[in-house]
Amino acid sequence: MHIPDGYLGPYTYIAMWIIMIPIWYYAGRKLSSELKSRQVPLLALAAAFSFVIMMFNLPLPGGSVGHATGAAIIGIILGPWAGVIAMTVALALQALMFGDGGIWTFAANCFNMAVVMPFSGYYIYKYISGKAPLTSSRRAVSAAIAGYISLVLAAASTGFMFGIQPLLHQSAEGIPLYMPYGLNIALPAMLLQHIFGYSILEAVITALIFGYIQKTDASLLYGEKIIAVDRNSGKSAPA
Amino acid sequence: MDKTVKNLAFGLLVLVVLTPLGLLAVGETFGEWSNEEIMEKLGFVPPGLESHSDSWSAPLPDYALPGSEESMTMSAAAYILSAIIGVVICAGLLYIIGKKVAKN
Repeated sequence: MHIPDGYLGPYTYIAMWIIMIPIWYYAGRKLSSELKSRQVPLLALAAAFSFVIMMFNLPLPGGSVGHATGAAIIGIILGPWAGVIAMTVALALQALMFGDGGIWTFAANCFNMAVVMPFSGYYIYKYISGKAPLTSSRRAVSAAIAGYISLVLAAASTGFMFGIQPLLHQSAEGIPLYMPYGLNIALPAMLLQHIFGYSILEAVITALIFGYIQKTDASLLYGEKIIAVDRNSGKSAPA
Repeated sequence: MDKTVKNLAFGLLVLVVLTPLGLLAVGETFGEWSNEEIMEKLGFVPPGLESHSDSWSAPLPDYALPGSEESMTMSAAAYILSAIIGVVICAGLLYIIGKKVAKN
């Protein structure tokens, strides 16, 4: 899922930089206006967690290797905009320090893993959860489904970017200049591996972390204002 | 720090120690082939791909120490070291930024 340099031509990677710059700008603005002191350790932990979880390569039958990202659970817990920031930091370090993902293609990789995933993860979770109580198992199931679908969507987006390259860039003799495989190969390859493999891992990770936070301190979840009842006075106070 | 966050941080430390499990996976990742692998598949390397592919030389490519012998122990140690670098920089950077911008 980390597109290396050379696989996308300039039309695509420049377009992705143009799309990503305002998203990063707005995410930064949003973070400064919404982030609470209490969430700071969680934000720091989120980026570190995503970095580490992407190191757990999972082999699939057929010889493919890939990984989950943790981006959906980060979007669910900290909100999608904080998810953009945390994932961008992890992806930047991977690209600069470890050569995992390209430099030219950095914005494209951020679009797939730092935008598509936290946003789809968060909104799918919200939609399926509906008005279910914060501690209900329906919410944990929603989180799992959100994790699953979010990685499938990111895989579709990555496969699409790969697949349009032969259409966009060919030499006069018809030789592909960048990614040589078109949509008919790239899209199903990316989708199938994730649908039957890595997305299942993403769902499990999302549900495990969600379940843990839900059970121990649901007030950490983004956008949830828990009214804690003060036992002594019987009055309610926002936690 | 909240107890929940502390426990999550502990969980992350356990994951860091377990990262070498990720090295056991052998295979290829679609769209992340080396130039040699592409050569094998197609019989040529697309010219744009070839000219872009060395635009950046990362200090620790593929989470390994460059030029080190390829024993499993060395790779595992380098992998854990990479995970520690990742955790310290990601968490450190966002903690500093977070503290600067956070509201109570």
